[in-house]
This record gives sequence, C-alpha cells and structure tokens, in this order.
Amino acid sequence: MFETSMTLSDLMFLAKGAGMTIAVTFFAVTGGTVMGLLFGVIRAQISPWAALPLTFVLDVFRSVPLLIQLVLANAFQAIAGLNLPPFATSCIILALYTSAYCTEIVRGAIDAVPMVTRRAARSLGLSWGQDMTYVVFPMALRVALPSWIGLTLGVLKDSALVLWLGLIELLRSGQILVTRLQEPMFILLVVGLIYFLLSFPIARFGSQLEKRWREND
Amino acid sequence: MIEIKDVYKSFGTLEVLKGINLTVEKGEVVSVIGGSGSGKSTLLTCINGLEPINSGSILVDGVEVHAKTTDLNKLRRKIGIVFQQFNAFPHLTVLENVTLAPRKVLGMSKPEAEAIAEKQLAHVGLGDKLAVYPGRLSGGQQQRMAIARALAMSPEYVLFDEVTSALDPQLVGEVLDTLKLLADDGMTMICVTHEMTFARDVSDRVAFFHKGIMAEIAPSKEFFNAPQHPETQKFLSNIRS
Repeated sequence: MFETSMTLSDLMFLAKGAGMTIAVTFFAVTGGTVMGLLFGVIRAQISPWAALPLTFVLDVFRSVPLLIQLVLANAFQAIAGLNLPPFATSCIILALYTSAYCTEIVRGAIDAVPMVTRRAARSLGLSWGQDMTYVVFPMALRVALPSWIGLTLGVLKDSALVLWLGLIELLRSGQILVTRLQEPMFILLVVGLIYFLLSFPIARFGSQLEKRWREND
Repeated sequence: MIEIKDVYKSFGTLEVLKGINLTVEKGEVVSVIGGSGSGKSTLLTCINGLEPINSGSILVDGVEVHAKTTDLNKLRRKIGIVFQQFNAFPHLTVLENVTLAPRKVLGMSKPEAEAIAEKQLAHVGLGDKLAVYPGRLSGGQQQRMAIARALAMSPEYVLFDEVTSALDPQLVGEVLDTLKLLADDGMTMICVTHEMTFARDVSDRVAFFHKGIMAEIAPSKEFFNAPQHPETQKFLSNIRS
C-alpha cells in the first residue's frame, strides 16, 4: 500500500502557498484586464501610427520572458530606492504582462463587431460612449471571453515564477516540502492537483457563460 | 425638409458625388435608382452625418448637418436609417433592440419605451417575436425589425438604403409592404432601391443617379413613361429586357 510521511500541516502549508498563488493571480488579472480594456480600446479606436508607442511597449512585455522581467524589475526598483515589497513588484509586473495580452484580445474583439452594426447604433442617435457601452462591449465580450479565460489560466500557472523574488506560492511550497520529505513524485502530484482544482472552476465558468450566450444565437 | 445643395464627396481620389442638388419636402417619398457605384447609398450616409462631405451643404429642417457646431446625436433622432446589410444587435432581444435608443437617447422609462416598441413591432408584423433574439429571425424579419427600431425614435425622415437587396426573393415582398404602409402613413422617405415596381407605385418622385451625378429627377409616372436622359433610358431598358 502507498505510504507518505506528508501530514495535515504539510497540506495546510501547500494551501497557504495556493493562497499566495490566488492572490498574485487575482491582482495580476484584475489589473491586467483593466489596463487591457483601456489599451485595447485605444488600439482599436485610434490610427495604428498614433498607437505605435503603446504597441511597442506592450510588445516588449509580450516578448521578453516573464522571468527576466520579474528579476530585472525587482533589481531596478531596488536601485531606484522604491523599496517595493516582492509581492507588489510581482503583482505589478504580472499585471503589465497580462495587460499586454489582454490588449490584443480586447482590440481583436472590438474589431470583430461589424462596422454596419456600429453605424446602425450611431444612426439611432447613440453617442460614441453609448455605442461602446450597450452595443460594442456586450458583443465584443462574447468574442473575447474564451481567450480571456485562457489568459487567466495561463497567468495562474505563470505566477509560479514569482518564487524567484522569494514569494512562497504554491510551486515553491511544493519545492520546500520535496526538500524536507524527499517524496518528489507524490508532492508534485498533489501540487498539480491543487493547480487543477484552482483552474477547473474558472474554465467551467467560462464554458457555462459561452453556452448560455450561444443559446441566443 | 431636406435640402441637399451642390454636394461633392470623395473617398480618397475616387469622386462619388459630383454636385448633387435635391430637395425633399415633408411627406414626400423619393426613390433613388442607379447602377452600383453611382453614389446613391453614399448620399444617404451623408444626410445623417455618418460620412463627411467635401463641399456643399446638407440642411435638415434648416440645420446644417456637417457644420462643426451641429449636435449630430441630436439631429440623428429625427433621421432614421435602415441599411442593406442586417444590423440587428445580436445580444439583445427583438424588443430590447427596439427599446435601446428610446431609453438611452430619449431617456424614456422602460415601460414607456416598451409600449412604443410593441406598437411599432406589431405594425411591421413582429408582434409575436418580442422575446426572440435576432439570430432566430429570417432576413426579412430582421429588416422589418430594423425598420421598427428606426421608427421607435419617431423620426421625421427615414432613409432606406437598398433594404431588400440582401434578401431572398420570396422575402422581398413583406419588407416592401412595410415600406408601402409607412409611405401611406405620410412618412418622409428617401429610398435607394433596385425595386422598380416599388419606385413607380409608391414614390412621388424618382431620381436617377449615374456616376456621381443626378442625371434625372421626375414624378414617378413621368420618369418611367418618358425618361428624358439617355442614361436613364438605357438603364430602364436594360432592366426591362
């Protein structure tokens, strides 16, 4: 029979790590989505030339490996004397990283709303803001949701990289236990299971929404 | 009254309107016919300010559409437009499609807007489709919904841009009947159309556009019985043959 020396308090230790993973992911996805919405609308509404500086910066965040971004940002904030705790640095960098992807999702979704639909809205007397609020965003949301869910799940797992700044999140908690208990296979299995338990509700929530919307089409 | 005075309009180097003059009186139905690329659809989108013009002026009840000081959102309340392509808001029910603008633009209460929408939808024969999403409607029903949506704003003018062109032939009739009903009610209408029977029977005057110029305009009987301009004659004989 299978035996392990892992105790309940070890499991609680992993749960605490999972809490850190959730916290970092929450701030990264929330911040990243808010920025992504703003940048995405800008990218969709102004000319590509005028948006070039923004596009360039976001491309940097999408192209440079997240690990390098985290380590460099942490070093730079220390040199600049900002004295940010690693948690804040992690959340900010992950949020920017998320926003770079989210911007493209939002831009693509807005572009997917047919021009004639927007013209119809404007010709009824709706202002640009009303057109955006009542017509463009609801329609774009349906296009963006699957990609946005994918992005959130990606960030949940990428957030493990913040262990390089000394944060004890889920994966790092697992590593500590492996060092102590010397049961790498079993512990990684448990850690993987916890990641799955965190991701699964998000994925299900997404497909539920999609299903409900599809019934209307 | 809609007054179009010497309007020029280009897309880049392509001149689509070359000095159009047209006055449409209150209660009048004017049909605009012509080949594709003759500028007739562009004229409609210029009238409600969706497209800028290069020179000339368009006045709706004395208000210049393209003046910088004109509040287009306000002006568009009295100019309805229905497009060729279906443009329902797919995430809203038929009823919500029609109540959106009255509620958000005119600030009506929900029951108030719904009462008007239900009346307009019944008028176009969609009284039993209120809770349905547009994706479930046929093309003809979608166009009739678009007409009801425009009418719910109680516009004084309605512009129709080839509203039957994207429809299957068997659905054209139901939409034209709706337009006829509207004309009988005394609505001021400009209809860009390829339906010659409709143009002849329903409109007061018919205009023929050719390469960005209004080649001819005449009362509909005269227009079809004795077209003056050689291009009009050619166009009509091509259609009849």
